[in-house]
Amino acid sequence: MSIENVSRRRFLKGVVGAGAFVLAVRYVPPIFSRHPAPDGQTEADRAPLHPNVFVGIETDGTVHIVAHRSEMGTAIRTTLPLVVADELDADWNRVKIDQAIGDKRYGDQNTDGSHSIRSFFDTMRECGASARWMLVQAAAQKWNVPASECSTAPHTVVHAKSGRKLGYGELASAAAKLDVPKKEQLTFKKPAEWRYIGKGKTSYDLEKLCTGKAIYGIDAKIEGMVYASIEHPPVYGGKVKSYDEQEALKVSGVRQTMLIDPFKPPAAFQPLGGVAVLADNTWAAFQGRKKLKITWDNGANESYDSAEYKKELQETARKPAKVVRSVGDANAALAAASGSNVVEAEYYVPLLAHAPMEPMVALAEFKDGKATIWAPTQNPQAVQAIVSTELGIPKENVICNVTLLGGGFGRKSKPDYVAEAAVLSKKVGRPVKVMWTREDDIKFDYYNAVAGMYFKAAVDAKGKPTAWLQRSVFPPITSIFDVNAVYGDPPHLAQGWTDMPYDLPNLSIENGPAKAHVRIGWLRSVANIYHGFGIQCFTDELAHRAHRDPYEYLLDLIGPARTIDFKNVEYPNYGASLETYPWETGRLRHVTEVVAEKSGWAKKKSVKGHGFGIAAHKSFLTYVATVVEVEVNDQGEIRIPRVDTAVDAGLIANPEITRAQFEGAAVFGTSIVRTGEITAKNGVIQQSNFNDYPVARINEAPRQTNVHLVESSAPPAGVGEPGVPPFVAAFCNAIYAATGKRVRNLPLSSSGLFG
Amino acid sequence: MVKINVNGVDHSFDGDPSMPLLWYLRDVLGLTGTKFGCGIALCGACTVHSNGEAIRSCITPLSAAAGSKIRTIEDVGANGLHPVQKAWIEVNAPQCGYCQSGQIMQAIALLKSKPHPTDQDIDDGMAGNICRCGTYQRIRAAIKLAAEKSA
Repeated sequence: MSIENVSRRRFLKGVVGAGAFVLAVRYVPPIFSRHPAPDGQTEADRAPLHPNVFVGIETDGTVHIVAHRSEMGTAIRTTLPLVVADELDADWNRVKIDQAIGDKRYGDQNTDGSHSIRSFFDTMRECGASARWMLVQAAAQKWNVPASECSTAPHTVVHAKSGRKLGYGELASAAAKLDVPKKEQLTFKKPAEWRYIGKGKTSYDLEKLCTGKAIYGIDAKIEGMVYASIEHPPVYGGKVKSYDEQEALKVSGVRQTMLIDPFKPPAAFQPLGGVAVLADNTWAAFQGRKKLKITWDNGANESYDSAEYKKELQETARKPAKVVRSVGDANAALAAASGSNVVEAEYYVPLLAHAPMEPMVALAEFKDGKATIWAPTQNPQAVQAIVSTELGIPKENVICNVTLLGGGFGRKSKPDYVAEAAVLSKKVGRPVKVMWTREDDIKFDYYNAVAGMYFKAAVDAKGKPTAWLQRSVFPPITSIFDVNAVYGDPPHLAQGWTDMPYDLPNLSIENGPAKAHVRIGWLRSVANIYHGFGIQCFTDELAHRAHRDPYEYLLDLIGPARTIDFKNVEYPNYGASLETYPWETGRLRHVTEVVAEKSGWAKKKSVKGHGFGIAAHKSFLTYVATVVEVEVNDQGEIRIPRVDTAVDAGLIANPEITRAQFEGAAVFGTSIVRTGEITAKNGVIQQSNFNDYPVARINEAPRQTNVHLVESSAPPAGVGEPGVPPFVAAFCNAIYAATGKRVRNLPLSSSGLFG
Repeated sequence: MVKINVNGVDHSFDGDPSMPLLWYLRDVLGLTGTKFGCGIALCGACTVHSNGEAIRSCITPLSAAAGSKIRTIEDVGANGLHPVQKAWIEVNAPQCGYCQSGQIMQAIALLKSKPHPTDQDIDDGMAGNICRCGTYQRIRAAIKLAAEKSA
């Protein structure tokens, strides 16, 4: 990490008050400024730096902290600055947060993969500690005492011996003249001294979120902008043959139409193409679009039928495939086992859409060779990259302002919708805001992959597996970057598949090929959704088959505490080192024990119509176990009175926010299990809105989710995503306990199990 | 010409009277606290009050809203936070926050008709409002808290 003291640089004038003390700089323009100040991107600034942040202290003591990651409801825009504030020993009430534009000087800004805290915790502490070090030095010099005699209280440097004190604001100018310390010079607070880390704060934006004042992408507005709505090719990879705009132009408020070129494969984040209607307001654009007459060339995906595709996927899953990890010789052991001791099962999860409440939307202004963007994006640097490519301008000439996001769940890390706005703005020579309808959002998503899974186990007299084969088949996310990609890539196979944690003598973990006919993309928990569902439900099947308690059985399979050996196995471990983040089955075991205890598992016996299910799954380096209670009435209506989830996410920076993430994950998982399904006929997606792609409502969601955070001294791990997979499996296991019906095909609404 | 009263202010609009109230509020008046989520009254993100009742502004043509007193989230907290907003903050209800304007407008209307709602009342009253982040548990707690505090 590298922090520069750039207080005196010319380009910072006017950013913060005169004499302001600035670390790790970046000027962030007010969100709707038409003319962002020059951001001082010299060659030196553009040099690849380690992630760094902006800490500015005004002479009045105001502390500015830049949030460089996107806010979509996880409060990351609050929690990372909170870490800075803690090490700076700042008073949180005097902190102001600025949202960073997209800029590689921050390092990774893709707010995806549940790794913001993990990847930036140390960096944020260093940023805060560096500033504090300089303030202490400045005070020591003023008082002519050794710095070692000085300490800090919130927003103040203190010399206890003489009783003298100076506020951070009073010291800002003097500190600005000092060199930035090296990391070795820094002293960090001890955990016991933390005021904010581990205690947490609610969102910096909380009041705005409750008063309609929060600014999302949909709220972006600049003078002279026009509103656009785009008719996309109904089949992935299709294009416009011809179109008639006459009737569209007659709609009051419609200005013009514009053809958008189809993408050149691979699709990646390019616009899908189609016809845009530009108008004076959103409604006129929507109305005009309905009047377009377009003839399409649907292309090769016209034959895609999701029901047929499901059969192919399952066929593939029954055949031997690529082995990604093995122990012993599962095939030989399975062949040697007697038929009555062999268990097989197939599991299936369909394509899933993200459906964040704010549909895709972006505002772009192309002017004088520069593009200025306002967008709800999880990935502003990907915005820079795709807009740069589409418009043929340097990345540095793409200024991406990041608004709040009305939900993201991974969809908004793919900026095709932003590229559309930029392309249109360049074509029409004025600012353009592209607004997707909900139908656009459902039909033109980057779907979570459909997956077929096959399991086969040989069991001993106690029902414990002596051999275990698991095979998954799903069109990989890499297919959006490489049209020939059909096998799961190691990072996504690592999501709950390669790392199947059971301690078994014979194990074969396999993956078969599947071609994509839609755009496949990351969705909250990603491949863990289907992998966790398959493994944890198959485990429950085996437990019931052996007439054993599912909790005791699960613990038996996890086995004694050990570190999983990934020698000679490609296991990317979510980008973290296995040294810092080893796979410790003892921690999975522990959360399983905790959730059993907290949920009162031992006392709760499932009866007809009222069942309890359990599952444990590690993802994004976090160990989670969940118990779900369900009630099923004679009409097959399912209620979820209670959920208990135990979480070991290492050090937890913001506990209350973490609890909220796991509460939300249970609701997200409820939608997946109950109704989450995208299907296609003749290449056309069959769903369109919340009527045919329903998501959980308040009466369908778990009534009470209790989140049990396990105290841990391990380094921080993810909290946004890991709650979904064990919930999905535990919910289905509870349904079995209550009804005797095994859910192997999601969702329930099309499983045929309940009417 | 459509005449409409929004947050106590009279407006007249000579554009398309079939334009839904939602887009009039957002694109014409610049009142962006009310959100677009589905366009067909399935999600409740666009909920506002018409003469004190919760309506879905995304399917309410301006012609139908003419003559009504429309109230949006911007007005609710204009003179200090509304008790429902205070309860929302106290229980830390929002995650992304996008649906919460609609949730709060719906909750205010619910509490008007049922000052002490049961869980079933809350289910019935709030089931039209989707929160994709899954904050329902806290929304329920906030509604109960607001009811308790106004008792």
